[in-house]
Amino acid sequence: MFTLSAYKRQEPRPWSSCLIVFAAVVISLAVSALMLKLQGKPALHGIELLFQGALGSRWSIEDCLIKAIPIFLCSLGVAIAFRLQIWNIGAEGQFALGAIGATWAALTFSDQPGYIVLPLMFGTAFLGGGLWGLIPALLKLKMRANEIIVTLMLNYIAILFLDYLVYGRWKDPGSFGFPMTKAFSVSAIVPKIGATDVNWGLVLCLVSGVVMYVFFRFTRMGFELKVAGENLNATRYAGLPYVKLVCVVMIFSGALAGWAGLIEASATINRLQPSIMVGYGYTAIVVAWLARLNPLTIGIASFLLAALRVGVENLQLELQVPAAFGGIMEGMILLTVLAGSFFNEFGFRFRRPS
Amino acid sequence: MNTELIVPLLAAAIQSGTPILYATLGEILTEKSGVLNLGVEGMMITGALAAFVTAQATGHPALAFLVAGLFGAAIGAIHAIVCLWFLGNQVVSGLALTIFGLGLADYLGTPLIGQTAPGFNKLAVPLLHYIPGLGPILFQQDILVYGAILMVPLLWLFLEKCRWGLNLRAVGENPEAAAAAGISVLRYRWIGILGGGCLAGFGGAYLSLAYTHLWTNGLSAGRGWIAVALVIFAFWRPGRALLGAYLFGGVMAFQLRLQAVGTHLPSSLLLMLPYLLTVAVLVFSSWKSKQADAPAALGVNMEPND
Repeated sequence: MFTLSAYKRQEPRPWSSCLIVFAAVVISLAVSALMLKLQGKPALHGIELLFQGALGSRWSIEDCLIKAIPIFLCSLGVAIAFRLQIWNIGAEGQFALGAIGATWAALTFSDQPGYIVLPLMFGTAFLGGGLWGLIPALLKLKMRANEIIVTLMLNYIAILFLDYLVYGRWKDPGSFGFPMTKAFSVSAIVPKIGATDVNWGLVLCLVSGVVMYVFFRFTRMGFELKVAGENLNATRYAGLPYVKLVCVVMIFSGALAGWAGLIEASATINRLQPSIMVGYGYTAIVVAWLARLNPLTIGIASFLLAALRVGVENLQLELQVPAAFGGIMEGMILLTVLAGSFFNEFGFRFRRPS
Repeated sequence: MNTELIVPLLAAAIQSGTPILYATLGEILTEKSGVLNLGVEGMMITGALAAFVTAQATGHPALAFLVAGLFGAAIGAIHAIVCLWFLGNQVVSGLALTIFGLGLADYLGTPLIGQTAPGFNKLAVPLLHYIPGLGPILFQQDILVYGAILMVPLLWLFLEKCRWGLNLRAVGENPEAAAAAGISVLRYRWIGILGGGCLAGFGGAYLSLAYTHLWTNGLSAGRGWIAVALVIFAFWRPGRALLGAYLFGGVMAFQLRLQAVGTHLPSSLLLMLPYLLTVAVLVFSSWKSKQADAPAALGVNMEPND
């Protein structure tokens, strides 16, 4: 009798991770089609609508890019924290604080020209998101509090704080009772690129992606982070400044999500309102993990999951499928990729029992 | 303070704390086997929906409660497959489970928003409920409250006195040694995950069948995460979980009461209280706890050796 047994590969096969993500998407699509079928909706037509909605026209591709921008920025932030094995689940809250910070500057300096108000907004969004990221870092370092739970609770708190502002203090008196701030002045709006609908946030994504690549590749601190992320014991042994690394990483991690909040408030909805929170911060975690924390693949995965969101909107319109359909698919893709990674690290062989 | 205000408040505290208690006990069981499952929120809300739908369809809340446990365990089984069979990262798998569960419950629950289902009614314990003060707080609750309280000593007995429980803890402390002693690590981790999922599902059922009787999306509202934090507060002990869950129940009930009475404070600030308290409690208990309180192998997968 031969039995099948698993063994650990000496070298994980890098090319197979692409295959695993592809397989995960296919499996998730198949299960979603089945779910549509169970609800008495046309399954294949539904998948077609999903693709058509996401990639069928120039506008839909632009829409994918617009949604990919905040996902990419949040995901880049999440990825630098994950690299240091800091589980920052708080991109959602850091996004909210960034949007709040940017809105404050936009409302306070609304009569200033763009070259003054926009840099100020980037500064306040950086502060908002960065400080919101620093809190769990400090609590982890000083009090050993688990950062997963702290960042998660800070998400709930941030969203309620945003509600508090737009329902109260910052509510536009002319909004007929709707919870929203005044619209931003033109100078406080991140402009669009040329004749497209896509804003300059896309360029910000490119720049920050390249900066992150260069940082990890060529700087001393980037190298320290890499070492620390791969082996925490080595960090202490080699006397690397762990406390400093964690704080810096969490500030930048939060600030990137904060900028995503800025872009969303300024370029996409032109004001602050509760509907700004659509879960980009959680999608970013899925993206970061699918992309194995690499800036280039984060770009691709951000576009993929943005396309999923745009496609689901079409599905919602045409087949009255609830928006939560996207969440189910995100969860399934991530779970199948997690399971699939096994085949990346382990091989199988038959052997004869001795 | 007059008792007419305090007694209903404490009774409401027990009710608010009960779903968290079920979920916390479940996560203690799971973590004791060495598995970290951050999918509590997802298992809880799936359980809540399953219970709601079953109660609507059959009119039997007791059956609905059991179905919720089954569904919680079924969602937990995904975590078990990903982490135990395929050695996926436990943190990420749990998060994915939460994203998946919340999505599933929203997706299937959207047509049910605002509908009601038959649930559990209050059940006074004979004689004991006459005790002034204590009676209305503790002995005029629904049966699920008594069930949750009963789970505390049961879980303690299982973990401390029962052979299976001892094996489960051994697997969570030192899986290699346990395996060498002939204990099946995977089997006990399956038990830990399925049991934890079942209890999280029970917690969800309490929300939709006893706490509200009414379906709204996002019914769990972070209670699953609070449960994960409470496990640390409880130092992985069922008795302290009871204390922690009712403490949270108290804050939630207090906050609702304040909103009902009408204060100058905006409701969004009041709603922050449980989450702020979670951070405070977590910081305090992490600072106080010793490394030895957590199961030593928590969150570490066991690789197949060849």
